[in-house]
Amino acid sequence: MDNLDKYRQCFCDVFSLGADFDIDAAEMGGTPDWDSVGHMELVTEMEDRFDILFETEDILRFTSYVKGIEILKKYGIEM
Amino acid sequence: MDKGWLLGGKVCLVTGTSRGIGQEIAERFAKAGGFVYAGARREGSLEDWAASVNASAAGKVSPIYFDMTDTAAVKQAIVQIKKEQGMLEVLVNNAGVVHNGALGMVPMEKVREMFEVNVFGLLELSQLVVTRLMMKQKRGSIVNIASIVGVEGSRGQVAYSASKGAVVALTKSMAQELAPYQIRVNAVAPGMVDTGRLQVEIREEYRDNVPPIGMGRLGSTGDIADACLYFASDMASYTTGQVMVVGGGYDTQSRALYNIRYQ
Repeated sequence: MDNLDKYRQCFCDVFSLGADFDIDAAEMGGTPDWDSVGHMELVTEMEDRFDILFETEDILRFTSYVKGIEILKKYGIEM
Repeated sequence: MDKGWLLGGKVCLVTGTSRGIGQEIAERFAKAGGFVYAGARREGSLEDWAASVNASAAGKVSPIYFDMTDTAAVKQAIVQIKKEQGMLEVLVNNAGVVHNGALGMVPMEKVREMFEVNVFGLLELSQLVVTRLMMKQKRGSIVNIASIVGVEGSRGQVAYSASKGAVVALTKSMAQELAPYQIRVNAVAPGMVDTGRLQVEIREEYRDNVPPIGMGRLGSTGDIADACLYFASDMASYTTGQVMVVGGGYDTQSRALYNIRYQ
């Protein structure tokens, strides 16, 4: 599984998304269960899988699937 | 009282354990069956003490070294605990700095230093522990060490009492915010506790006159540790947002008179 697949799997596992869900368009507040609680669950899941620890600023900046990719790159994760 | 298994198997982190109250809390938690990460700044400084505690405790003390004002080091400590244990059930925010001085006599540099450790450091560590460990496990107990002067104020301790007042306020707010996650947040506010630091203070600032305390004695570090043990354990499972003053009946009025007379 490459890093992009690992990243997508975090969304599926945390938010229990079905195979037909358009993950590329996922946004905080617009995706089922991606509220403030779900957000921290998603962050910790990503931290565990990629072995990183987000800065608080990045937790706040992480508001969509697309932004998440940018943030992971910042931590040296090849996407 | 047998406190042998009050914390049976619980993973705890206590900061500021190089001496005094913090060390007593860590030791008592280990004796109560907890696995206790004992935090201190100076690398290697806790090894001998930890070995002696571990020889007889039901639980275990494991030293962990980091500076509360170093964000990267604090993060590293949490990552280490997360990797080793995958959970943390109890956090005791004990690390603190004290500088006494009347309003016109306390340098801003010292005020900043106190807030850096007593408030900002505590907040940052709590943020990491809550968001990375406790919220996920949906349980936990945070015990903040405040001070009686943070509740009642104190002549000659303007800045220190302000920093501890902040600890009281954030304890109450954190408790409200975190109750839905079954994370409890309480504070212990010690009165005059018989530590090396206080002995020096009594000698130098009060000319060996012991303060007037209702119960007729200074508090012991064990008195404070027991209060922390209560909040940390499941005995306090429905208690949150509380500030327990452990002061032996040390009231504001007699303290004020004492301060005026001897300081």
